Amino acid sequence: MANRLSQAVTGMQEWFNDRAPSFMPFYRKHMTEYYAPKNFNIWYIFGVLSMVVLVNQIVTGIFLTMYFKPSAAEAFASVEYIMRDVDWGWLIRYMHSTGASAFFVVVYIHMFRGVMYGSYKKPRELVWLLGMLIYLVLMAEAFMGYVLPWGQMSFWGAKVIISLFGAIPYVGGALTEWIMGDYLPSDATLNRFFALHVIALPLVLLLLVVLHIFALHEVGSNNPDGVEIKKGPKGNRWSPTAPTDGIPFHPYFTVKDTFYTGCFLLVCAFILFFQPTFGGLFLEHDNFIEANRLVTPEHIKPTWYYTPFYAMLRVVPDKLLGVVTMFSAIIVLFFLPWIDRGKVKSWRYRGLGFRVALVVLGVCFVWLGKIGAGPGTDPVETIIGRILTIAYFGFFVFLWVYTAFGFEKTKPVPERVTGHD
Amino acid sequence: MQMTQNFVASLVLGFALVSATAAWASGGGTLKPSNANIADVQSLQNGAKLYFNYCSGCHSLKFMRYSRIAEDLQLSEAQVMQNLNFTGANFGELVPGSMHADDGKAWFGAAPPDLSLMARAKGVDYIYNYLKSFYLDASRPLGWNNTVFPNASMPNVLWELQGVQTAKFKPATGDHEAEFEHFEVHQAGSLSSKEFDEVARDIANFLQYASEPAVFQRTSIGIWVLLFLSVFTLLAYFLKHEYWKDVH
Repeated sequence: MANRLSQAVTGMQEWFNDRAPSFMPFYRKHMTEYYAPKNFNIWYIFGVLSMVVLVNQIVTGIFLTMYFKPSAAEAFASVEYIMRDVDWGWLIRYMHSTGASAFFVVVYIHMFRGVMYGSYKKPRELVWLLGMLIYLVLMAEAFMGYVLPWGQMSFWGAKVIISLFGAIPYVGGALTEWIMGDYLPSDATLNRFFALHVIALPLVLLLLVVLHIFALHEVGSNNPDGVEIKKGPKGNRWSPTAPTDGIPFHPYFTVKDTFYTGCFLLVCAFILFFQPTFGGLFLEHDNFIEANRLVTPEHIKPTWYYTPFYAMLRVVPDKLLGVVTMFSAIIVLFFLPWIDRGKVKSWRYRGLGFRVALVVLGVCFVWLGKIGAGPGTDPVETIIGRILTIAYFGFFVFLWVYTAFGFEKTKPVPERVTGHD
Repeated sequence: MQMTQNFVASLVLGFALVSATAAWASGGGTLKPSNANIADVQSLQNGAKLYFNYCSGCHSLKFMRYSRIAEDLQLSEAQVMQNLNFTGANFGELVPGSMHADDGKAWFGAAPPDLSLMARAKGVDYIYNYLKSFYLDASRPLGWNNTVFPNASMPNVLWELQGVQTAKFKPATGDHEAEFEHFEVHQAGSLSSKEFDEVARDIANFLQYASEPAVFQRTSIGIWVLLFLSVFTLLAYFLKHEYWKDVH
């Protein structure tokens, strides 16, 4: 019996390989013969987790589109219809809304890890750039998705964010009308945002994610020691030419990632089932009121994942300058591989100045996020916000000066990776 | 060992962060706690009764079905149709408002809002405090004002139960507006203050339920999902441990 079965399996494999000879080598290249450094720590799970969330968003999104009505007259009611009358609709909707916030949590940690361990440095600049493009598209994707339920915050958030483009000289006014297809966020805006949110941007996002991974697999993964395992000794149990410190992605990291995905899903499920609005951070209170162009909410603010940048916009007194500051805060990240001239990758072996500066950057980002989520009426907070904004950009100036003029005192980097979980 | 510690540490940290952030985001304000308990079916039933007798004449629950209320609040179809449905709507239909929006605007100055999602928009404690904070104010068109929502168009429809109260304010000075100090009883109602607190609590509780009828399903299934994920994660841990034995 077992013999018959294995014969059948071998037969099928042969049949398949005859007709698609490049499939198995492709699978091996990216899974069983992709050698990843064995010393990945917990910071290295967030790439996989963001893929898990991406799949969650796509699958739950497909089910939501079956009941959602992309029109200003029906959108709000259709979301409540999903929440109340569609079987398991509430679960699908909460999975999608919790997933949106979880996406940014894991992406922000993933990006921070990249800076911690110098994962953007040569030869991985392209991986970083593609990742930054993913982040940009993700922000657009999330923004348009947030408009769809057509609550008060959807409407007024959209109005504020779109009006930022109005700060662009000469073409600004025409541009905002072109984006909205109207003079205010309206049925036309909602309908086109729906199109972009459910098909255009997800396609771009998927393509970029695939390119991000391909680019990574060309050069190989970095690791917490910032050691190039490909430059180390060769030969392991699986291949004489593979790096000794590398282990096959499948099954070693698939099984490890399965475990961490379980941990991640535990936290997500706890939020989803017991704190689905997350105290008004994941689903905002004002968004349970249908959009009304005649009633402005007391505090208009974007969702938490944009608030660091929104805070920068608000603390700068001039609108155009504020918009420039806000977008620069994102654009500057693209240039990180060339701003940082240091040769040592991992912060384990980098100078104290870098480590302190990176922690300060993290604190600035979170604190700005808190300020951006608040009412923005406290003048002291505005001053703090300005200092934090300067410190945020200061990180990049410092990093360049620190590394380009040889101020950084690094520690010796080991030849091989050190230990593993 | 290292990994077990990482796992425990990250889980603890994860839950701590989640709880702290949620508490931070939802906390604050001067509202008194309503102590509304969504699991208290009697409170919800009483809230529904009060709601349909005192509120539904003006306010719709346009996303809520009579049949769903019956199912979730453990009431029979007959109980709901006789005691809660005064509109002639069918059992499976949504709860309509009896007042035309234009009439509401003409009579009260503002159309009474739909209350399906009010508890999610404003919070259950807001509704509880709002219901308790009506006072006499001759300057208002209907003679009523409210400290939680100043210049509300709504009159105190529960005055027979609560009685009538007046509000004492610290007089306005220079750059400070008049500040509310306390209520005084002008005319006693049919209920004691404690009994009326329960009325306000039960209505708030019912509206909390109405804003998310999936709440019972959500929490009861949630526990099983967490249990499943715990077992799954534990097994995944052992599997990982087994596979990684040969990584040195």
